[in-house]
Amino acid sequence: MSEQKHQSQTVHTTGHAWDGDLQEYNNPLPAWWVYTFYATVIFAIVYWTIYPSWPFGKGWIGGMSNITYVNSAGETKTHSWNTRALLLADLNQAAAAQKPYFDKVAAMSYEQIAKDPDMNGFILSAGKALFADNCAPCHQAGGQGKVGFFPNLTDDDWLYGGAFDKIHETLMDGRRGHMPAFNEVLAGEQIDQLANYVAKQSGIGHDAAKAAAGDALFHSETAACYYCHGADAKGRKDIGAPNLTDNIWLWADVPAAEGSEGKVAAIRGVIGNGLNKGVMPAWAGRLSPEQIKVLTVYVHELGGGQ
Amino acid sequence: MQKGLEDQLGLYQKRIPIFTRSVKGPFRRFKTSVLVLAFAIYFLLPWLPWSRLDAPAQAVLFDLPGRRFLIFGLTVYPQDVIWLALLLFIAAILLFFVTGLVGRAFCGYFCFQTLWTDFFIWIEHKVQGERPARVRLYRQPWNGEKLIKVGGTHAVWLLTSFWTAMSFVAYFAYAPQLVVDFFTGQAAAAAYITVGVLTLSTYAAAGLMREQICTYVCPYGRFQSVMYEAETLAVHYDARRGEAAHGRAVARAGQRTLAERHEKGLGDCVDCGLCVQVCPVGIDIRDGLQYKCISCGLCIDACNTIMDSFNFPRGLIRYDSEKNLAAATPAKPKVQWKSLKTIGYGVALILMSAYLVYSIGTRGSFDRVVNQIRQPLYVVLSNGDIRNRYQVRITNKAGQDQTYLISARGIPAGALDLGNFSEITVKPGHSGLVQASVRLSPAQAAQTRQFELIITPQGKPAEARSEAVRFDSPARHP
Repeated sequence: MSEQKHQSQTVHTTGHAWDGDLQEYNNPLPAWWVYTFYATVIFAIVYWTIYPSWPFGKGWIGGMSNITYVNSAGETKTHSWNTRALLLADLNQAAAAQKPYFDKVAAMSYEQIAKDPDMNGFILSAGKALFADNCAPCHQAGGQGKVGFFPNLTDDDWLYGGAFDKIHETLMDGRRGHMPAFNEVLAGEQIDQLANYVAKQSGIGHDAAKAAAGDALFHSETAACYYCHGADAKGRKDIGAPNLTDNIWLWADVPAAEGSEGKVAAIRGVIGNGLNKGVMPAWAGRLSPEQIKVLTVYVHELGGGQ
Repeated sequence: MQKGLEDQLGLYQKRIPIFTRSVKGPFRRFKTSVLVLAFAIYFLLPWLPWSRLDAPAQAVLFDLPGRRFLIFGLTVYPQDVIWLALLLFIAAILLFFVTGLVGRAFCGYFCFQTLWTDFFIWIEHKVQGERPARVRLYRQPWNGEKLIKVGGTHAVWLLTSFWTAMSFVAYFAYAPQLVVDFFTGQAAAAAYITVGVLTLSTYAAAGLMREQICTYVCPYGRFQSVMYEAETLAVHYDARRGEAAHGRAVARAGQRTLAERHEKGLGDCVDCGLCVQVCPVGIDIRDGLQYKCISCGLCIDACNTIMDSFNFPRGLIRYDSEKNLAAATPAKPKVQWKSLKTIGYGVALILMSAYLVYSIGTRGSFDRVVNQIRQPLYVVLSNGDIRNRYQVRITNKAGQDQTYLISARGIPAGALDLGNFSEITVKPGHSGLVQASVRLSPAQAAQTRQFELIITPQGKPAEARSEAVRFDSPARHP
């Protein structure tokens, strides 16, 4: 204790004096702090030599750690360290790891891929990622679509056919769904009759008399619905005309409408206003053939396929 | 030399070197036995062979790249993380349980910091000699002798640290191959980094920092003090007997026998300082219970040796409780377990251990996870039927390929559709994915809230496991 007191009573100054008696205490930094500081200085110098650091002219000093990667154009590039180059190099690695699987995809038929347990796992994971990146904005994350906008891919109804080659065709070339607006050519009364006929086909509550009139109209040359939807109203897959006799609704939001009158009104809206928003973009050229093949199998599995 | 650090104020206290004197006694023997046993297990276990069909022949192997932990006949997968949680829980409860009864027994006898420090002190003792020789060596200026002895000590420490690190790494790769690879520069970078870091940290912790780890770094030592009760047994100095009316005093002529000392009002403590000299954390137990005391019992051995040589009764320093020491007529110290806290910890310990044993004993040969696909929850099909889809993940924990069959209970036959895979074969340690879909008519769907998926390993119907899953329909989600 005596040593402690001695220390606190002794005043260490820098030895300078201003205005006669103004002195400066000398409180040196702790040694561990000073040495840590020196260590950080050395660290910084080592860092400069390895990583990009100083601006120099119009560019910068790149440091010694370079990253080599292959860009999307297939050119091999070497760049001083940066996170973008690092990401591209990582993506190269990931692509190399996936390549054996994509090679297999290219070599196998759809049926072979779908029945191979190993490939099934790959389709489920790689297909999910591809679907999420490219398809989910419209068809939603699980492929459930959105009534009134985008078809549901998880049900058993396929507008253009659910076989592998049909799905492949849809993906490659895209689709354009169209229905004319019948408000322009038919009277409101007639559209009402047609709506009741369509409701009857799906077993929804309807006015029997109007439905009978609608039946005649459906098959007449005035409205000519059967051109596209078929004489049996079951649609035509070759032109993507939907089946009107099932429980699946894409454009008229029948499931959400209240009461049979509401449901008929929803159908009436679609007949009257028509639609030209059923556009699916073509993916040929945007995705590689193997990626489209993976997506074909993935989408096929979503709805059970045909 | 070995003053308590409290006496030294100031923020940046230089470490006061501690030179412990060796001592003989039951506590030293116990500590040595634990040390030998622990070192034998730690250093030899990675070399124990164990024949396996599909993995390296090493009894304990933490196969990180393969995501499995091979422990004798047991293969543990990451999915069994609950066992780790249970183990940690049991370890924590065991610590609380024991600390409440006999104080910091873990610190004093079992902690690896204590074990390695003990071993490093033993090396120091062997190279540099007993305490007085070491103190002399410390004080003498640098010369050839000091250079060789101190340098030699540090060299052996580093070697021990290195082999400690090597042994640690050997748990993570096939040991015989790893050691060869390591010295031929073929081992993985992770091995070199781990060995480097562990060598340095072992050397620093057991050679240089020692008791400072317990005092400044270790949180366990600090929070164990809150578990002490007045009844807790701990290493105590019997101040009433040692100090008596006029305090401790050295045994010189006229105060050498108990009768003479009691007549003069002197305590039984002959102030030989041996208890301080043997203390690995450099405290004086006669100052009372302190947070630095790791409760290693060496001062008890030291004091009993002295008491024996003076023919005084043993136990001036002993395991005792604060309550007993303060009592008017101290009884024989004994473990006081009859408190709600101790019994509670004991029950928790037994329950959790039983659960762990049960869980390991009854684990199936495979793991299964059934996830209902939630986007969308249900699909209305063209004829009005409702379809739900499920993703079934089966992880094979058995030692060989296994085929699994999936069936359903609680829904009509034919409602379950497994697509292209009515059965799936999974490699050991791997997982297989199956997409299952269930299709029910609206009437059935309205009645079905849940059903069971049954996964049966082919040829082992007894190991079948079922999983209850939900069925969603528009009737339940208007």
